[in-house]
Parts: sequence; C-alpha cells; structure tokens
Amino acid sequence: MSSGSVLGFLFPPGIFTLAFMQNAWVAGTAVAVISGIVGFFVVLRGSSFVAHAVPRGSFAGAAGAVLIGQSTLLGLAVFALMSSLGIAVMRRGRENTVATALVLVAALGLGDFFLSIGNVYAPEVFSLLFGQIVGISRQQVFWVLVISLTIVAVVAFAYRPLLAQSVTPETAQVRGLRPRLIDAIFLVLVSAAATATVPVAGALLSFSLMVGPAAAASLLGRRPATAMALGVGMAALSLWIALWLSYVTSWPIGFFVSSLCLLAYVVARLFITRRQGHGKVLGSLEGAPL
Amino acid sequence: MNYLWQWLWPPGLWANSDVRTAFFIGTSVAIAGAVVGVFVIIRGQAFSGHALGDVGATGAAGAYLIGISALWGFLAAGFSSGIAMESLGDRVRERDIATGVVLAFMLGLSALLLYFISTSTGTAGAPIAILFGSLFTVNPAITPEVFALTALSILIIALIYRPLLFSSVTAEVARVRGVSARLLGLMFMVALVIAVEESALVVGALLSTALLIGPAASAVQVTRKPTSAIFLAVLIALGQIWLGIILAYDSFFWPPVDRGWPVSFFITSLALLTYLTMRLGTSIWRHRRSRRPRTTSTSSLVASDAQGGTLT
Repeated sequence: MSSGSVLGFLFPPGIFTLAFMQNAWVAGTAVAVISGIVGFFVVLRGSSFVAHAVPRGSFAGAAGAVLIGQSTLLGLAVFALMSSLGIAVMRRGRENTVATALVLVAALGLGDFFLSIGNVYAPEVFSLLFGQIVGISRQQVFWVLVISLTIVAVVAFAYRPLLAQSVTPETAQVRGLRPRLIDAIFLVLVSAAATATVPVAGALLSFSLMVGPAAAASLLGRRPATAMALGVGMAALSLWIALWLSYVTSWPIGFFVSSLCLLAYVVARLFITRRQGHGKVLGSLEGAPL
Repeated sequence: MNYLWQWLWPPGLWANSDVRTAFFIGTSVAIAGAVVGVFVIIRGQAFSGHALGDVGATGAAGAYLIGISALWGFLAAGFSSGIAMESLGDRVRERDIATGVVLAFMLGLSALLLYFISTSTGTAGAPIAILFGSLFTVNPAITPEVFALTALSILIIALIYRPLLFSSVTAEVARVRGVSARLLGLMFMVALVIAVEESALVVGALLSTALLIGPAASAVQVTRKPTSAIFLAVLIALGQIWLGIILAYDSFFWPPVDRGWPVSFFITSLALLTYLTMRLGTSIWRHRRSRRPRTTSTSSLVASDAQGGTLT
C-alpha cells in the first residue's frame, strides 16, 4: 500500500471539509469533554442510574417540544432539569434508585403520550434516541459550546466541595459542606450535560459516553485529577474514532462509541487485575468508600 | 353513579378481544413483576431491573434480524447481560458501574441492529414499537408462554424465599449460617430476568420497569413484613394495570385525537401517583401516631422480621 492510499484511507474525502462534519467534530469533542468531566463524578458517586435516567427522561421533553413546535434543546433542558429535581426531592438514603426509576418511567410515559398524540415522524424519534451526529446545525454547535463552557466553569468553581462530598459524605458534612446543595449542583451538572449530549449522541447513548470512559479511568487513575483527565482523554479519543468509523461505514455512531467505551473498561479491568496480581496496592480512588 | 359505572365498565369493553388479551397477559405480567419487585427493592437492584428491560430490546432486534421468535431474543439478551452484570460487579459500587457499562454496550448494539432493520425493511417504526411496545397489540398466541414464565419466576422465588430474604437483608449473618450469597444472587437474577423479559416482551421495556418498581416500592412504604409487602404489591399492580387498561380504552373518545392515549402513560402515571400517595400518607400517619424517632430504613425492619421468622 502506498503512502497516498494510506492517507486516503485515514482521511476519506470530506471528513474535515464538509460543513456538517466540521460541526460534528466541534460538537462531538465538546460533548466528549463534558461527558468525561461529569462522568468522573457520576462514577465516583455510584450514580450510573441517574446518568442513564436524566438523558433518557429528557427525551420526553424533546418529543413534547416537537409537539408544540418549540426548540428541541429547550424541551430537553426543561425535562432534564425536571427529572433531576424529581430525583433530588424523592431520593432518600437507600431508596435512591427507586426514586430514579419512578421518575424515569413517569417521564417516559409522558414521552410515549407526546409521541402517540403528536404524530411525530419516526426517524426523528430514532435520531433523538440514538443520536444524529451528522445532522447538527451551526446553531446547535453554538449552544453545545455555551453549555459545555458553563459546565467546565461550574466544575472548576465547585471542584473541591464536589470531590469531598462525593468521596466521603460523612466527613464533608462535618466540615460544614451542605450535602443537599452539592447533590443539587451535581444533578444540575448531569442535566446540563444531558441537554448538550442528547442531540449529538442520542438519549440512550449519551449515557455510554458519560459512564464508560470515566469507569475505565477510575480504575487506572490514582489521583482524582489524573482520573478525570484520563476520562476526558478517553472519551474524546473514543468519540473521534467512532466519528471516523461512522463516517467510513455509515453505521450509527452510538454503536461505535459504546463498543469503544466497553473495550476501554474491560481492558482497564484486566490491567488492574494483572497489577493486583503483582502485589501492588491500588490507588486511592479504588478503595474510596462510596 | 350510573356515569361512574359507565366510565369504569364502558360498553363493549369485554367484547373487545384485544382488551381481553391485554387483561389476561397484563395480569400475569403484573403478578410476576410485583413478586420479584419486592426483592428488587429490598436488595436495592432497581437499576439492574430497569437495565434488563432495556437490553431485552437489543435481543428482540437481533431475533427479528435472524428470524427467530422475539421471546428467545429477549431471554438470551437478558440472561447474557444479567450474568455479565453479576460477574463484573460483586461489590455494591462495582455493581452500579458494571450494570451501567453492560447496559451502555447493549444500547449501542441495539442502535446498530435497529439501523440494520430500518435499512433492510425501510421502516423506522419497528424500532419504536420494540422500545415502547403496547399492551393492546400483543399477539394472543403467546399467552401460554407468558403464563408459564410467570409461574416459573414465582416458583424460583418460592424455592429460595427464606434464604434469599436472609441474604438480601443481612449478608454477614447469612454467610455465617452457611447460605451462599453468590449462588442466591445468581438464582434471584434468573427469576428477575424471566420476570423482566416477559413483561418487556409484551408491554415494552418502559412499562416493565414501571410494573417491577412501582407496586413493590409503594407496598414497602406501608408494610415492612415481606409476605404482606408481596401481597400488597400484587394487589397494587393488578389495580394499576386494570385501571390503566380501562382508562386507555376510555381514552379512545378523548381529545385531541380519536385514537386513544397510550396505556403505558396511564400505568406509569398511576405508579408514580400511588408511590407518592403511599409515602406521604405513611409519613403523616407515623408522625401523628408516635413521637419516637422515625425508622425509615427498609432493611432494618425487614431484617428484624426475617430473623424473627427464621431464628425461632
């Protein structure tokens, strides 16, 4: 194979020059970065179910927005926040997951209702569920960037309390941090990430991007900051590879994203098991009481 | 009075064969979901229960592509994911992540399979039907299989009832008394997969979670005794599914369109409403009745009951 054909294979025509692909690269990278950041806290707090339920519940908002002729992004934001709020109000110690499940099914039931009375066109629903990365408009890219920058700013501002409350809730309370407030900040972060990610990766798969890389990184990174950086890097890398594969094969991007995330997690697990076999002590994150 | 009767028992309800099938299948699915659901609540496995319903859709899409019965697709996807979740995550926190990673992968796979279906058949409606399902479009031919699966899941629960309760509540005590938590966890997973997949098959992944979590969570608010919780959960589940079916039948004449509101909307709303009412009601009742410190933990009270029952 000559070098020209290798380059032609790696960079198929149009992958960087077509307008919709440019939008996809920018929005995809932004979404991967915030998924890595928010996912770090999701994994640390053992809140995968919330990370699944909020984007999925926000899907109902998109269906409702289509029904009344409003912007999907607005519908997503409203329902993501409402789902988070519902979970925050109803959660109670061990019954955490029950509250999440009930809020999720109620939101989905409403979504089903909107779909059935609204004659929403089926491919539109499909792309909301599974993502339509090549269908992103300039305006959507703008909003995704605004939301992403807000998330980064909030995390930078509240990093210490968020981390402390996620790792050792009891000590954090003693030190005068308000657990309910920090819970609320976390849930708002998840809602914001869901709003930005759902139009790009879909309601079902924004969850893969949030949980997979962060879970793998939490196994590998010894310090919180390292783990977060690793998670962001892995999320961005898997999104880029997935975008490329999806461009070449025209298969749905969500499949590639979630397969790469699973691969990263399994490799990290195997790596950890080997390292443990050699008698090394694991990093601080692994033993954290959550 | 007459109006109310007309509303609760609208003319022609029982003459409609779709409604009859929905009643029979819905009843069977609701009973299995409620019985298994009580243990899902006690064990804190709501996420696994929901995830198993979602992965069923992947199996259904796969079964559709290779042309076998959807039931086998649901069960195959459920069992493989259930085993993967159990073996990847043994500790509580790991279980959350393991469930998440497996679910994420299966959702990605379903994106691919549904893409193949929509490109080969040219319709995007099939994926939506698989994801949401509808009680009114169930094929009556699968009624015997559904009844058999309900019986099987309840049989498994009945067989391991005492030790399961024991290990769910106090893992340490159970271990001392020679109960293998690992084996019980696996057997419970089998019952859970059967109950979730049969309901995901007939009512869709969405409703299967509602029927698994809703009635059991409501029942556990009121009574801490496992046996009464199970009976109450079954009663609530039956009430919800019957009322849901009747409301959906009534709604054919409601605005804005004359083709009915989805039954899943009614059942999920009823589930949330019942849960909130029960929770609010019991907390007010308890507050009034006594001034001693409230014990809200489900596990501690169930624990005392389980020990009182077995240790004598």
